Amino acid sequence: MAVQDTGMATPLLAPFTGLGRIVLGALGHVGRFGMMCVEILRGFRDVRAWFPRTIDECANVGRGSLPIIFVISAFAGAVTAFQSGYQWQAALPLSVLGTLIVSTVVLELGPVLVGLVLAGRIGARYAAELGTMRVTEQIDALESLGRSPASHLIIPRVLAGFLMVPILTIIADVIAVLAGWYGVKQVLPVTDEDFSFGAQLFYRPFDGYYSVIKSFFFGGAIGLISCYMGFNTRQGAEGVGRSTTAAVVASSVVILFLNALLARVLLNS
Amino acid sequence: MIELHGVKKRFGEQIVLDGVDFTVSEGETVALMGPSGTGKSVLLKHINGLIHPDAGVIIVDELKVAQLKRDQLAGLRTTIGYVFQNGALFDSMDVFENIRLGLSDEKKFKDLAYSRARVAECLRLVNLSADVAEKFPAQLSGGMRKRVGIARAIAGSPKYLLYDEPTSGLDPVNADIIDGLVKRLSDELGVTSVTVTHDVRGAFRVADRLALLNEGRIVLQGTPDEFRESTLPQVRAFLERDFESLEAA
Repeated sequence: MAVQDTGMATPLLAPFTGLGRIVLGALGHVGRFGMMCVEILRGFRDVRAWFPRTIDECANVGRGSLPIIFVISAFAGAVTAFQSGYQWQAALPLSVLGTLIVSTVVLELGPVLVGLVLAGRIGARYAAELGTMRVTEQIDALESLGRSPASHLIIPRVLAGFLMVPILTIIADVIAVLAGWYGVKQVLPVTDEDFSFGAQLFYRPFDGYYSVIKSFFFGGAIGLISCYMGFNTRQGAEGVGRSTTAAVVASSVVILFLNALLARVLLNS
Repeated sequence: MIELHGVKKRFGEQIVLDGVDFTVSEGETVALMGPSGTGKSVLLKHINGLIHPDAGVIIVDELKVAQLKRDQLAGLRTTIGYVFQNGALFDSMDVFENIRLGLSDEKKFKDLAYSRARVAECLRLVNLSADVAEKFPAQLSGGMRKRVGIARAIAGSPKYLLYDEPTSGLDPVNADIIDGLVKRLSDELGVTSVTVTHDVRGAFRVADRLALLNEGRIVLQGTPDEFRESTLPQVRAFLERDFESLEAA
């Protein structure tokens, strides 16, 4: 039986059409991201391609990020110290300041701040580099030479994220604690012995591991998401801009989500 | 031998290839012509599996490209040199490393002495001096980038060479140099070549056979003489602009 077109179907179905598009788009991203992960696993076979490039990439990320990591961690530690001084209650022992600054920096401030800053710094770089390579057919050229883009381009960047973000976080933790130590001495009569005693009083080795574990996940998220965004760039310079922005935003959101998830799983289970 | 049978491809609503039949025999040079935006480059990318068809079959050396496994496809690609429209040179590498990446044999790739000799040989074949090897792509002119792209494509001694608009964006002098190079490489290396172009003069100069792609289909495949004599309106419309100069030549 023929169905008469009343002209009402389109407006009524519009919300479902839009929803369908969003769901299909999301599933497309999931599928492509999954395919990229499979390509990465396959690409590990070609050690000669990814190993030397990973060393180079780690050196690039480490060397290039150190100045900004030094600056942000020093200021973060110092500001933590000044705020502690502002909120300080005289009834509390001064050694608690050591506990407060070390715990704040190691458990939260160090890894999250480093993660977010590197999501901007290296996440944007990865997405822009790969995006530009995509729109200028350099990735096609690599494939046409019978070489794997995963081994040559993605694995080195992802591994550099996994490896270097924890190392930079350890450096940031140390610098922030030292800056906090110096800063708190400027606003309160804390001795080195007080600070050192407080810093060690409630410190557990797991706190350090937790900081490194979190930053490991953050580094992986930055590498994978940024490479995915860059690798799937379309439509020229505008597309590269879109991918770069999307890489930074998505990496930052995922870092905050992972931060909450890992706190719940590792600290409260 | 390269064969395309009933190849169809669409991107969203846009039908790019609508049942393309196209063959290239061993050792010949075929120029694939057509107006801009008719899918010539898309067709070329089907041949080495950079794009997969929605329907139809692509056969290279009796291998169905779309059905090849990853390693088989990588192996096939080492027999096909691909020259990209804008060179597609790797910005972060110097010319030496760019051309060296074209060495498909891993043993030869790792042998630095062989690599240096082969890169110098490829640069000589494309009429570039050996000192270009130390430059980065950003330091090269458009014509030099195209020639380095060709040098990279021939570094692995491929059986097939696919050129995507090798003369586009070049001045007539450089375009003539590239056309001469395409012809010379076909003759000297004995490779089977497909060159995508909308430069009619260049196509008639380098190709043994020509093909015209229009509205997703091959309108005519034939020798230059068959093209000159064709009365098909699409062929006449495409060639009309350059026919006078061809006849004068």
